Amino acid sequence: MKTIIPVGPYHPLQEEPELFKLFCDGETVVDIEWETGYNHRGIEKINESKTFEQIFFVVERICGICSTSHPFAYANAVEEIANVNVPDRAKYIRCIIGELERLHSHLLWVGLAGHFIGYNTVFMWAWKYREPVLDLFEIITGNRNSYAMFKIGGVRRDITAQQIPAIRKILNALKPKADLLFGAVLDDPVIHMRTKGIGILTKQDVIDYCAVGPTARASGLAIDIRKDDPYAAYGMLDWKVITAQEGDVFAKAAVRFLEIYESIKIIEQSLAAIEKLPEGDISAIVKNIPVGMGCGRAEAPRGEVFHFVKSDGSNSPVRHKIRAPSYVNVATFKKSCVGQSISDATLALAAVDPCYCCTERMAFAYDAYTKKKIMDGNDLIRHSQKRTEELKRKL
Amino acid sequence: MDTNFQLPSSDFPQIKKTLGFKEHCFKKSLWLYHFGGASCNNCDIEILDCLTPRYDVERFGMLLIGSVRHADVLLVNGSINTKCRDRLLEIYKQAPRPIVVVAIGACGCTGGIFAEGNTFAGPVDKIIPVDVYIPGCPPKPEAILAGIVNFLNKK
Repeated sequence: MKTIIPVGPYHPLQEEPELFKLFCDGETVVDIEWETGYNHRGIEKINESKTFEQIFFVVERICGICSTSHPFAYANAVEEIANVNVPDRAKYIRCIIGELERLHSHLLWVGLAGHFIGYNTVFMWAWKYREPVLDLFEIITGNRNSYAMFKIGGVRRDITAQQIPAIRKILNALKPKADLLFGAVLDDPVIHMRTKGIGILTKQDVIDYCAVGPTARASGLAIDIRKDDPYAAYGMLDWKVITAQEGDVFAKAAVRFLEIYESIKIIEQSLAAIEKLPEGDISAIVKNIPVGMGCGRAEAPRGEVFHFVKSDGSNSPVRHKIRAPSYVNVATFKKSCVGQSISDATLALAAVDPCYCCTERMAFAYDAYTKKKIMDGNDLIRHSQKRTEELKRKL
Repeated sequence: MDTNFQLPSSDFPQIKKTLGFKEHCFKKSLWLYHFGGASCNNCDIEILDCLTPRYDVERFGMLLIGSVRHADVLLVNGSINTKCRDRLLEIYKQAPRPIVVVAIGACGCTGGIFAEGNTFAGPVDKIIPVDVYIPGCPPKPEAILAGIVNFLNKK
């Protein structure tokens, strides 16, 4: 007999609304269906009535976690139409903001993943160590989220010489904390048992489902827009693409951990480069946006963000198309969740780090169609946490 | 322990007042339920941030819980679109009374930048009665805490 377990749309497992239906035979998930639309805000349509400069504030609010990646991709698209030469200093500042975002996003994910397997200490630690990164944002941009740093042709605020030592101090303090956290997580035998061999995606699956970002890189596919199609200053910096071969939840976590160190490396190099460049040269003057079409891509913490902008020569775009990374990554659940037990399926769902406000946007235990309550999100997390307890006792 | 110790009355005026039924309900620890509408996630992560060590909302006895049936406070953030409007009403119906509804963020209070959207179904106060408004895009965790604590002191 098949049981349907709805996860969502308003459910504590995810902060965002999205409906997943897990079709289960006993403990095993045999099929999965998902429904989106709870977070549809009509952004592409809103953008058609805004000017090119105003759109930055809208695309920044597509997703609060990727609030640099979307303006980044949009700026790339518009600058392609207008053929703008962005000053080097602005390019490096863009990279610093982009990598700081990756730092806070990956730490956020580590915390949430810890919560799902019943390690609330990991959740508290990771979020505690994320706070200094938000302080850095406050120093540089003036805001903890939604930074409003981007404009066509450059950035809005400069990083002054006085700020650089403060930024370095916080970054240096972050490294031993990250070592401590990851040492604790990677040494724990229960975490190994809970995450290894769970939600495996093979390299072929990843190619078939067009997955991007850490989801693809954990399966051995070295896909990273920062290397494949270098934008801003990424081509001028020395860093490497992190990949793993296993494709399970553990590999996805490991890829994200290692990417944190790469991001710190990129920020340090960018800071060194900024010191040599003249202060104040942060923006090119753009007078008008000519007729034309432009594509912009940027590597968000979750994968490739794609923006397409079509201009007719007026001051607002005729068409603005956005594709977010979770939109393609969510489809891989069909491969990673089917065949798993229910308690592992929640973890496999979380491993992709789905971001629905990007895709468009999960949470009470209640089926919208049959109006029947079967199992709610708390039960699912509790189920997952119980399994960790069992494994702990076995050890 | 010093037995002469007294709480400063200005900080806790609610203690001095005679407690009615509603005040009695909110006297002790508050359980919060979080409803994220069609939001951009910024307010959601700032609400979660309140739980973590730096802000630590649990020292006020507040706890984020998974079901609205156990909640004293319903936190709503994000603009409400036509699809999640009915779900918000359903959740409000399921909530025990009395319930405090807190609209968080520019989108929760007015619709914000998404009020022009073609799927926008009105700000939160057009759909359910709202007691506390916390503006900001996103409001800082301090602002969220201050909003709820101020409301309780006013009661």
